[in-house]
Amino acid sequence: MSQTSSQPIEYNMKVVKQFTLATIFWGIIGMAVGVLIAAQLVWPALNFDTPWLTYSRLRPLHTNAVIFAFGTSALFATAYYVVQRTCQVRLFSDKLAAFTFWGWQSVIVSAVITLPMGITTSKEYAELEWPISLLILVVWVAFIVVYFGTLAIRRTSHIYVANWFYAAFIIAVALLHIGNNLAIPVSFTKSYSIYAGAVDAMMQWWYGHNAVGFLLTAGFLGMMYYFVPKQAERPVYSYRLSIVHFWALISIYIWAGPHHLHYTALPDWAQNVGMVMSVILFVPSWGGMINGIMTLSGAWHKLRTDPILRFLIVSLSFYGMSTFEGPMMAIKSVNALSHYTDWTIGHVHSGALGWVAMISIGAMYHLVPILYDRERMYSIKLINTHFWLHTIGVVLYIVAMWISGVTQGLMWRATNPDGTLTYSFIESLEASYPFYFVRFVGGVFVVAGMLVMAYNVYKTIRSSEVRQGEPLPAAQPA
Amino acid sequence: MSSFWSAWIIVLTLGTLIALMILLKWNMSNFTDVEEGESMGHSFDGIEELNNPLPKWWTILFWACFAWGFLYLALYPGLGNFPGLLGWTSSNQGIRSLEESREMTAQAIAEGRNVQYVRERQRAEEVYGPIFQQYASLSIDEIAKNPEALRIGQRLFLQNCAQCHGSDARGSLGFPNLTDGVFNWGGTAEHVYVTLMEGRVAEMPAFLDQLGEQGISDVATYVLSLSGRAVDREAARRGEQQFAVCAACHGMDGKGNIALGAPDLTNNVWLYGGSQRAVEETLRYGRNGVMPRWDEILGEDKVKILSGYVLSLNAE
Repeated sequence: MSQTSSQPIEYNMKVVKQFTLATIFWGIIGMAVGVLIAAQLVWPALNFDTPWLTYSRLRPLHTNAVIFAFGTSALFATAYYVVQRTCQVRLFSDKLAAFTFWGWQSVIVSAVITLPMGITTSKEYAELEWPISLLILVVWVAFIVVYFGTLAIRRTSHIYVANWFYAAFIIAVALLHIGNNLAIPVSFTKSYSIYAGAVDAMMQWWYGHNAVGFLLTAGFLGMMYYFVPKQAERPVYSYRLSIVHFWALISIYIWAGPHHLHYTALPDWAQNVGMVMSVILFVPSWGGMINGIMTLSGAWHKLRTDPILRFLIVSLSFYGMSTFEGPMMAIKSVNALSHYTDWTIGHVHSGALGWVAMISIGAMYHLVPILYDRERMYSIKLINTHFWLHTIGVVLYIVAMWISGVTQGLMWRATNPDGTLTYSFIESLEASYPFYFVRFVGGVFVVAGMLVMAYNVYKTIRSSEVRQGEPLPAAQPA
Repeated sequence: MSSFWSAWIIVLTLGTLIALMILLKWNMSNFTDVEEGESMGHSFDGIEELNNPLPKWWTILFWACFAWGFLYLALYPGLGNFPGLLGWTSSNQGIRSLEESREMTAQAIAEGRNVQYVRERQRAEEVYGPIFQQYASLSIDEIAKNPEALRIGQRLFLQNCAQCHGSDARGSLGFPNLTDGVFNWGGTAEHVYVTLMEGRVAEMPAFLDQLGEQGISDVATYVLSLSGRAVDREAARRGEQQFAVCAACHGMDGKGNIALGAPDLTNNVWLYGGSQRAVEETLRYGRNGVMPRWDEILGEDKVKILSGYVLSLNAE
C-alpha cells in the first residue's frame, strides 16, 4: 500500500454526471405523472377520454419512471462514483459505462412510449415487453462487468461496505429480472409468461418484493453507507453491525415475497414461510438504520446547519418507519385488514418518497458541487426549502393513505347482524375520496420541491465560481 | 409435494435461520484484533469504520424474532410437508372442483380437522342461518311486502348483485334494469326465483351471414318500428319480409318469449342499446347474456328474500 498520492487518479466522472442529471430529470417526470394520476382519482375527467392518458396506462408509467428511471439512475450515478472513490481506481471500462448510460436511457424512453400505448406484460413492475426486457438484460450485464471489473482492479486492500450492498443489488436484480421475465413471444409486442397460476403469482412477487428489497433497499443502503459518513464527516458506527445486517438482510429478503399473496391460492406453507421471514427481516433492516443514524454521534449539531445531512438522516427515519411497518403488514391477521387497501400505497410511498427519494436527493446535493468543481450548491437556503416541501409532501401523502386505507379495511369487513356486509364498495370509495385530494396535494409539494432542486442544480452548474485547489481531494492510500 | 422438495424446503429454511444465528453469535463477541470502539484501521476515501459492539437491545430483538420464527414454524404449516402441531390449514387446499370441495368439507367436519374456512362457514351458518330461516315460511310475495325482510334483501343485493345490476338495480348496457317491470325470463315470483337459483343463459345468434349487410340494416329498421319509433318506411317494409327468422324466438308480433328469454321488441326497452347502430350490432354479431346461478352460493333462504326484494322494486 505504498502508491504515492502525488498523481491524482483520473476518475470517470462523465458517466456519473450524466446519471446525476438523468436522476433529476426523470425524478421530475416520474413524480409529475404520479401527481397526474393522483389528480385523476379526484377528478376522473382528467383522462380527457384519451386511451393513453387513462389511469390504467399511466400508473405503470409512473411506477416504472420513479423506480427504474429516477431511482435506478441515482443508483447508477452513485454506484459508479462510490466504487471509484472507495477503490481508488478509474472505472474498469469507459466505453461500457457509456453504453450503460445510453442503453438505460433507451430502456426508459421505450417504456415512456410503449406503456401509454397499452403494450404490457401485465406483470407489476415488470410490464415492459420482451424486446425491452432483453435490452435491460444486456445493459445490466454491461453494468455487472463495469462494476465488478472496477472492484477487481481496486487499489485498496478491502472492499468497503457500501460496495457490498451495491454488489448484492446488482447481482440480485439480474437474477430477479431473468427469473420473472421468462416468456414466450407471440409477436414483437406481446409475450406470455412461461409460468401459470399460483406459480406465476409466486414468481411475480418473488420478483416484485425483491425489487423493493434489493433495488430500493440494498442499493440505497450502499448509497447511505457512503454519503452519510461522508456528509457527516464521521466514521461508520459499527463494522460488525454492518457485517451482520448485510448478510442477514440479503439472505432473508429473498424469502419475503409470499406475504403479497396471503389468503390466496398460494399453499399455506409458502404463505407462512414468507410471513416468518418477513417478520424476522425487521431486525436486519433496522441494523442499517442504526448504523446510519449512530454514525452521527458526536455530530448531531450538524443537522441544524446542514440541510443535505438532514435529507440523509430523515430518509433513515422514514426507512426505519417503513421497515417496521412492512413486517407488521406481513403478519397475516394485520394483512387481512391492510391488503388491497390504500394502506399499502401509503407504505410504499413512505419507502419510496421518504427513504429512496430523500437519500437520493441528499446524495445528489452532495455530488453536484463535486462533479462540477463548485465550492457548494448555488443556494443552501433553497436546499432547505426543498427539504421542507418534500417532508411536508411525504407526511401529507402517507398520513392520508393510512387513514384512507384503514378506513377501507374496516368498512370492507364490517358486517350487519344478519352477516351481510354493512358497506358496499362504492361507500368505502366515497369515504376515501377526501384523502385522495390530500394525497394529490402531498404529491404537488414533492414535485414542487423537485423543481426547486432542478433550478438550484442548474444555477450551480452555470455559476462561474470554480472550486479552488485540487478538483477532487487527492487519493489517499488505504 | 414430493418428499424431496419437502426436504429441500426444510433444509433451506432452517439452514438460513441457523446460519444467521451463528453469524449473530459470532459478531456479538469481538473477533477482531481491534479494541471495541476503536477504528478498524482502514480508510476508504476518508471514511473509517469503528469497531463498536452490536447494540444489546438489537441483538435481544434478533434472538426473540428467531425464537418466534421457530415457534411459528413448529405450530403452523411452513416446513415442507410438516403440517404443524396445531393441524391448522386455511382451507381445503388443492381441490379442483365444487364437488371435491363439498366432499373435503364434509370430511373435515367429520374428522374435526382444523380447517379455518370450514370452521368459519360453520360458525356463520350457526349464527346467521336462523335469521334467514325465519322467513322460510313466508311466500316470496309476502316477503316483498315485509319491511324487515326487504332491508336484509337490499343488503344481500348490494353485496351480491350490485356489481352487475348497479346499486340502484337499474342495470347498465348488457345488464338488465330490475326496476322497469320488464323481465325477459318472466316477472312472477316463481320466475324470478328460478332465474336466481339456476341462472340463465340467453343467446342471440349472429345473422350477418344469413341476412347480409343490407338485410341487417333493414331488419334493424323494422325492429325499431315495432316500438313505434319513426323510421324509414321503405327499409322497414323490406325488413319485415325477412323478420320470419326472428319470429322463431321473438314471435311474429315481436312480443318475445319468456321460455327462451327472448326479449319483447315492442316495449322500447333495449338491453344492448336501442340506437339503429346498436340494434344492427346485435343482429350482425349476436349477443350472449349470462346470469350466474346462486343456489350454491346463497342457498334457498337467501335467494327467496332476494327474489322478494327484486319484486318489491317493481311494485307500483
